[in-house]
Amino acid sequence: MIDPLHQFEIQKIFDLKIFNIDIPFTNSSLFMSLTVFCSAILFIMGTHKKLMIPSRMQMLVESLYGFIRELIQDNIGPEGMKYFSLVLSVFLFVLFGNLLGMIPYGFTITSHIIVTFCLAFMVFLIVVGVGLKEHGFHFFSLFLPQGAPLLMAPLLIPIEVLSFFSRPISLSVRLFANMMAGHTILKVFAGFTVALGVFGIAPLLVNAALMSLEFLVAILQAYVFTILTCLYLKDAIHLH
Amino acid sequence: MEVEAAKMIGAGLALFALFGVGLGIGNIFSTLISSVARNPSVKDQVFPIAILGFALTEAVALFALVVSILILYK
Repeated sequence: MIDPLHQFEIQKIFDLKIFNIDIPFTNSSLFMSLTVFCSAILFIMGTHKKLMIPSRMQMLVESLYGFIRELIQDNIGPEGMKYFSLVLSVFLFVLFGNLLGMIPYGFTITSHIIVTFCLAFMVFLIVVGVGLKEHGFHFFSLFLPQGAPLLMAPLLIPIEVLSFFSRPISLSVRLFANMMAGHTILKVFAGFTVALGVFGIAPLLVNAALMSLEFLVAILQAYVFTILTCLYLKDAIHLH
Repeated sequence: MEVEAAKMIGAGLALFALFGVGLGIGNIFSTLISSVARNPSVKDQVFPIAILGFALTEAVALFALVVSILILYK
């Protein structure tokens, strides 16, 4: 029986050499390209006929746009719209990445900690960059909330700094653990189904229920990643 | 005690965190239901916050799972 962790193995599809560095095109790269391709196709199909009364596809794309716009305006405020493309890209990448992994024999790009860590670290760097650009060194007043007595500062500041630096870690591990645990559990139940023969109907039904849970978790985790990005941007722009 | 046995015990003990997580998630949704019961018009405003809270609490459960797996297989 193939062990449940075999599905996360990265397999080379063909070799690419850029400046003598070996960067092969793997199944992870394939699914990342598919993710970008799917998001692009979704938006192109939705917006190429700019009808006044939207068609179904255009309505779908408009609701997606409106959803992210509402998310930004509720959490950051109207001046947050300049970060709209960041938030939309992060949302679509994580959403399509998770959903494409649900296809049988598909590969979940976000089930690798390095991928989710790069996404979370990028968001963290952008948040720090935005904060430093808007407020300069006053950005570090984030670590000493207003109205806190100065006596408590030596205790409060390390705690705040630690909690600030734990943000990219928690953001990445949340997405990674959700995706990896979900797919591993699906594989384990699939293994039971094969091993039991006729009585395999029971793990099969459990697997079907778990698949629906996995779809929910895929969409939910994309939403949570995006809303946390918005909340961290809000913290950086309006210091508390 | 052998290392293998200790690893198994450690992996089991690491999952004690799920006790708190279960309490937390139940708390979130019980408050959601009570608040919607008191004031049904806020359902669409409160529901996304409840989902965010659920996902953040679920993350702690998954941190515990990751620690348990690390103990077992490292």
